[in-house]
Amino acid sequence: MSPRKTKTAVPPHPMDALLRTDRMPHIWCPGCGIGTAFGCVMAAIQKSEYPLEKVAMVSGIGCTGRMAGYIKLDSYHTTHGRAIPFATGLKLARPDAAVLVVSGDGDLLAIGGNHFIHAARRNIDITVICVNNLNYGMTGGQQAPSTPFGAKTTTSPIGSPEEPFNFCYLAAACGATYVARWTSLHIRRLTNSITEAMQKRGFSFVEILTPCPTSFGRRNKMGNALGTLKFYHDRSVIRNDIDPKDATLDFSSHIVVGKFVDIERPTFTDNYNLINKKQLGDWPHLDEKVPASKKQASG
Amino acid sequence: MAGKSVLTGTFFMNGDYACCEGALAVGCRFFAGYPITPATEVAERMARRLPEIGGIYIQMEDELASMAAILGASWGGMKAMTSTSGPGFSLMMENIGLGVCTETPCVVCNVQRAGPSTGLPTLVAQGDMMQARWGSHGHYEIIAIAPSSPQEMFDFTIWAFNLSEQYRIPVLIMADEVVGHMNERVVIPPEDKIEIVERRKPKATPEEYLPYRADSDWIAPMANCGEGYHPHITGLTHDERGYPVMDAATQEKMINRLVGKIRDNCEKIIRYDEMHMDDAEVAVVAYGISVRSAKRAVREARSKSIKAGLIKLDTVWPFPEKLIREIAPKVRGMIMPEINLGQMVLELERCAGGCCKVKLVPHAGGAIISPKTILGAIEDMIKEAK
Repeated sequence: MSPRKTKTAVPPHPMDALLRTDRMPHIWCPGCGIGTAFGCVMAAIQKSEYPLEKVAMVSGIGCTGRMAGYIKLDSYHTTHGRAIPFATGLKLARPDAAVLVVSGDGDLLAIGGNHFIHAARRNIDITVICVNNLNYGMTGGQQAPSTPFGAKTTTSPIGSPEEPFNFCYLAAACGATYVARWTSLHIRRLTNSITEAMQKRGFSFVEILTPCPTSFGRRNKMGNALGTLKFYHDRSVIRNDIDPKDATLDFSSHIVVGKFVDIERPTFTDNYNLINKKQLGDWPHLDEKVPASKKQASG
Repeated sequence: MAGKSVLTGTFFMNGDYACCEGALAVGCRFFAGYPITPATEVAERMARRLPEIGGIYIQMEDELASMAAILGASWGGMKAMTSTSGPGFSLMMENIGLGVCTETPCVVCNVQRAGPSTGLPTLVAQGDMMQARWGSHGHYEIIAIAPSSPQEMFDFTIWAFNLSEQYRIPVLIMADEVVGHMNERVVIPPEDKIEIVERRKPKATPEEYLPYRADSDWIAPMANCGEGYHPHITGLTHDERGYPVMDAATQEKMINRLVGKIRDNCEKIIRYDEMHMDDAEVAVVAYGISVRSAKRAVREARSKSIKAGLIKLDTVWPFPEKLIREIAPKVRGMIMPEINLGQMVLELERCAGGCCKVKLVPHAGGAIISPKTILGAIEDMIKEAK
């Protein structure tokens, strides 16, 4: 019998109240950063002090998507790339719920990229957590829109010929009200950011850079699980409040982390209600009661 | 919010608008869609009407998102729908499968146009009938209904929502460009005359509740988001707990229930209508807009003393197998007009089982089939039988 299947008495985990413990052990590989990210998400949910019946998690497909299967909340594991539009419907139907989307880099910004930019533009009041491990982990390590130029994956065996997105810059440009990036080593700051993102009205986005030693690290000489963590540790530089376009990821020297955007902007629902009161003038001379858009200069 | 959800009265209204009014009358308060000819009028009227009655209209970035959003809204506790046509219907297929697998009540109105691909955007067809049945991957059952008039666009949309809430499944309204765009009399009854079915709520406590433990009729009570039951809902193969289980035994149990809840309840789901069938020698079996031409063809045949009858299929999926098996031995032949080159006729042939002749009156799309063409087919069949 494999050791994974041996049933031994497991001491209680501090997050047991939020976990479907009957679904353990989880599927994530040794050294994977998703467990740490998941721990921070759960800690943030507790810190946010939302009543638990009012917190819902929506995910798509991929390693990160499995978070929704382990959390003891209303949790929806949907189709590849479609977590955000599902969450949009859920949030609009249940405006009193805090809706979290958890998604990997491929799920969120390759197949789901169109939904990401439009939900940010509309300012749907959801919190989107992206675990970015630079590749498609679940299917064995293929090239993603996050894979750095030149990095090896199974579908870019010589090195990726494409340049990746800067997710934070993209989110900010599309109108996100809160944008932050951390690695899975920044546990305290990451937890605080997810809590702030949950409390933020509007489309809030937190990117978490995580090691994927099994698929990405192995092919790119990042060492073993610990070595990959050290890779991130040595290169992370905190730059709060900088323009998101300068929040670059240069894996050869430094990767910029921090909170980049924290602004107020009317949500989809705010504007929907405002428009439907029919008290505005005709476009373009709308009544000055319309709250001004405060997008950042980079937007 | 001064609007009325039920516009009781008599109207001269097109089918797309009537579909909206049926949805609002039965309690739909969420619409996510993407404009596409000839279904755009559904979205346009929803955009005007939903805010008046406190509902939500959102125009999504594409049909993939529209379908996903109505599933989310349904789990949020709202009755939700979308409308589309050919290309958009293709894009919705994956999430229709998610709706089937997670047993999410919702309604999709497909105002059919001619395909494949962009085809004839402004002209009629009935070419998506098999796509409605099998368009999403994997094996499943679906409910699809086919209105033949603006009045039925109203009535059937109410029925579609009731079926979806009752059986926890996406219900497909297989309309077409002519039914959607033609204006006819539509009677909207008083609010208290509208039958409304709501999804079954859990009786178990949150601790005991299993999201996919079905009652004796295969239907599982549904806990909406925010009600304290904390269900896990997934498109992976899952057990009664809603937990993914990756093995053949769980797959078999889940698929048997998803299929069984429709097959075993099909007598309650299936509706049809008959005209002149008592002594009919030839039965015209029609659905959707082709019913209208078929009716006239049958009346004209009767005026020529030809014993023709009409079976009007209101439900197309599940197919009324029992009905066709009963009628086939009693008639010389059956004729099916459809605006494709043979889709539902395959089912008709299968169910007729060789007990009578079955003939297709096909049309590739772009126009409806004329009563004259159907009458000609009736006359030919009578001649052949002699």
